Amino acid sequence: MSDRSQTLAKVLELIEPFNKKGVAVSESTRFAQDLEWDSLTVLDFVANIEDEFDVIISMNMQAEIETVGQLVDALEKLKA
Amino acid sequence: MIDLFDKFDPLIEQRAALLESGITDPFNLVMEKVESPTVAICNGRRTILLGTYNYMGMTFDPDVVAAGKQALDEFGSGTTGSRVLNGTYGGHKAVEQALKDFYEMDHAMVFSTGYQANLGVISTIAGKEDYIILDIDSHASIYDGCALGNAQIVPFRHNDIEALEKRLKRVPEGAGKLVVLEGVYSMLGDVAPLKEMVAVSKANGAMVLVDEAHSMGFIGEHGRGVAEAQGIIDDVDFIIGTFSKSVGTVGGFCVSNHPKFEILRLVCRPYVFTASLPPSVVATAATSIRKLMDSADKREHLWENSKRLHAGLRQLGFTLGTDEPQSAIIAVIMPDLETGAAMWEALLDEGLYVNLARPPATPAGMTLLRCSLCALHSEEQVGEILDMFAAAGRATGCIS
Repeated sequence: MSDRSQTLAKVLELIEPFNKKGVAVSESTRFAQDLEWDSLTVLDFVANIEDEFDVIISMNMQAEIETVGQLVDALEKLKA
Repeated sequence: MIDLFDKFDPLIEQRAALLESGITDPFNLVMEKVESPTVAICNGRRTILLGTYNYMGMTFDPDVVAAGKQALDEFGSGTTGSRVLNGTYGGHKAVEQALKDFYEMDHAMVFSTGYQANLGVISTIAGKEDYIILDIDSHASIYDGCALGNAQIVPFRHNDIEALEKRLKRVPEGAGKLVVLEGVYSMLGDVAPLKEMVAVSKANGAMVLVDEAHSMGFIGEHGRGVAEAQGIIDDVDFIIGTFSKSVGTVGGFCVSNHPKFEILRLVCRPYVFTASLPPSVVATAATSIRKLMDSADKREHLWENSKRLHAGLRQLGFTLGTDEPQSAIIAVIMPDLETGAAMWEALLDEGLYVNLARPPATPAGMTLLRCSLCALHSEEQVGEILDMFAAAGRATGCIS
């Protein structure tokens, strides 16, 4: 598995506990509109992502991240 | 043409639906007459005030009122100018001196509101390469200060020391760090573990700003706030406060021991590009602050009020924001906005005013009836308040 697909797999795994509606998640899934996450859910999810990848995702960066794919791209950049 | 107001349609509809039920608009109450810090006339009816933040009851203090009148006579109704141009009078320096004495700190800078104090200090000191790490439940003025500036914004879970520490450790090497905390969080009335949080922040090389808006005058031996009560006030770099709560007028401030603090007067836009406070306001504030230094008895009575209301409401069967009373704010948690609004109206009919608070001001989408006590509420009034909560609670089905 490439680095990116490993990152994607991990992100998908971390989304699941918060995927209360059982949405089929792909790279194009949008956090706000499709998963219908509120700000507290986002906070908890981001905390888990940060712990997993040992990075900081500021609110400024979060504002640019709409979809799962964009999050994976951002993580790839942060890890680099 | 796209109507720029279309984006407000969901809120307009929610509001219309609520008012259609015949309920009094909770966000449009008029106080026709104010008799004292604890009593006003609303809709022609004598109403006990339990939602004013007037913690120390200074608004009708005879010395405070006299100082305001004298300043009005001697200095006129307003300054018509910025602090850095024609808007600094003797009274502005005097209130800054009163703050330095109150906090025993080297510097004090007065803004036109508390909101502007947060807006100004936070947006100015944290620059593009810096990180602001803040509690997720921070007040709107803190978030707006972040939005006005260019720093990277990193929130952490409310009052979670470990979450703060983890984020501090991940901030890139060489970046400046500002941790923003509040002493008392105004929605639930809970207190922050400042001692631990400030220690963790210092250990990781961060500067710390604490907003003590809801604790000044009341919490701590000298009323300096939660940082004083927890013994770490000397480790806090900036304290933000307001005149619109315990001090009993309007205005905001920042106090600090930072040696370069005074430069903020030239670079802080919400300080420079607005008119300064009227002379009467700074005169009332200075008088009030000096009286607050010596108000241990009032502080004690306010604690008693807070404990009694908390215990009484619990006994009646209400769900409260904190297990123990931690401040002068007692938040009653309502199941939803409709019930909250009905209960709010029932209390008003009984002759009691509290704040109805709802998202986005509240955490976790809660609807709250927020009660803030005053040192001038008598024992008798607290008893009346509990009776009114019992009657309104039963009438609306909130308690059995």
